[in-house]
Amino acid sequence: MHEASASEALVKMVSEEARARGETDGSPYRVARIRLVVGEATGYMRESLEFYVGASAKGTPAEGAVLDIRYVKPLLRCPSCGLEYERRRFTFECPSCGAQGSMIKAGSEFYVDSIELEPARAKEGAVV
Amino acid sequence: MRVELKRAVYEENDRLAREINEELRSRGIFTVNVLGSPGAGKTSLISRLAEALAPDRLSVIEGDVASDIDTRALRALGIDAYQIETGGDCHLNAPMIRAVLGKMRVPDGAWLFIENIGNLICPAEFVIGEDLKLVVASVAEGSDKPYKYPAAFAKAAACVLTKGDLAEAVGFDEAFFKSGLASVAPNAPLFPLNGRSGDGAAALAAWLRLARGTCGAPAEGPRLEGG
Ligand SMILES: Nc1nc2c(ncn2[C@@H]2O[C@H](COP(=O)(O)OP(=O)(O)O)[C@@H](O)[C@H]2O)c(=O)[nH]1
Ligand SMILES: [Mg+2]
Ligand SMILES: [Zn+2]
Repeated sequence: MHEASASEALVKMVSEEARARGETDGSPYRVARIRLVVGEATGYMRESLEFYVGASAKGTPAEGAVLDIRYVKPLLRCPSCGLEYERRRFTFECPSCGAQGSMIKAGSEFYVDSIELEPARAKEGAVV
Repeated sequence: MRVELKRAVYEENDRLAREINEELRSRGIFTVNVLGSPGAGKTSLISRLAEALAPDRLSVIEGDVASDIDTRALRALGIDAYQIETGGDCHLNAPMIRAVLGKMRVPDGAWLFIENIGNLICPAEFVIGEDLKLVVASVAEGSDKPYKYPAAFAKAAACVLTKGDLAEAVGFDEAFFKSGLASVAPNAPLFPLNGRSGDGAAALAAWLRLARGTCGAPAEGPRLEGG
């Protein structure tokens, strides 16, 4: 529901990182790829994130970055057979014995795992 | 060049929320973040708790997209209430709480209830300085809410079920609701509460007093690992 503000925060974080590295190394970087981890419980949709990140990245070092999203499913434990399993859609049932599991992780991750930086001018093929 | 970040997108919010929580705690204030759909009975719950927790002092922050109706209703009952109008934002965040706390005077040792924006999705994602979250669901919303909005229930320390007086009229399936709640929030007790008569408020108030006494660190850590 609030992918817009989430995307702004995301772009701000990775752009600042790129700028800081650029200053340290004395040549500017652009963000080529953002590896994002998203828990399913957050409700963030891939399409929305791609759209809003693309929009907020305009004019920043993250413009044109590829968004690599890894979704994390809720994790449940079966009270009767002890199996730990990922939630399947629309059910909490244990895939092995059918008992109703308890959630041990909701899947609320929302973090940048890593980013890929490349020299800012690489795209235009400019030789320094 | 690969750069490992492992940084939460909302790290600034989370950091500020921790700061707010520490500051409130240092003044003996216990803070409860109330989540629930529009009309679930959040404002009614807070009003009934103000009665049940008397003579303790109680302050309220009301989050609403664009009105101060609830704040005026609470003030009419003699409750110390402040309004945040988010102007469209679907959840409260820590900077909003920081700003409103600068304008209000929560008495030392008071309870602080924060009524979040009515919605079961976004508010579940933000810590705003609370010691615990309460999720409010009414029987009128149907018995499938824990299944459909697991995060809101999973993050709550307790669940309040309102409008039990309407259960029959709306065909509420209590067993199904409880089983969903047990799955997503195995440790969260369920408190039936009538938001109009106040039935059930005393039991919830007693549980809150207990939670306040035993509450260690705030319920939620950083969101690098799922909670
Ligand atoms: N019948 C019945 N109505 C209730 C109960 N609790 C709240 N209400 C009514 O539900 C409506 C919405 O309640 P309110 O507290 O404003 O919900 P909020 O939007 O979550 O703050 C109001 O008209 C309340 O009087 C209850 O237990 N039973
Ligand atoms: Mg209200
Ligand atoms: Zn099993």
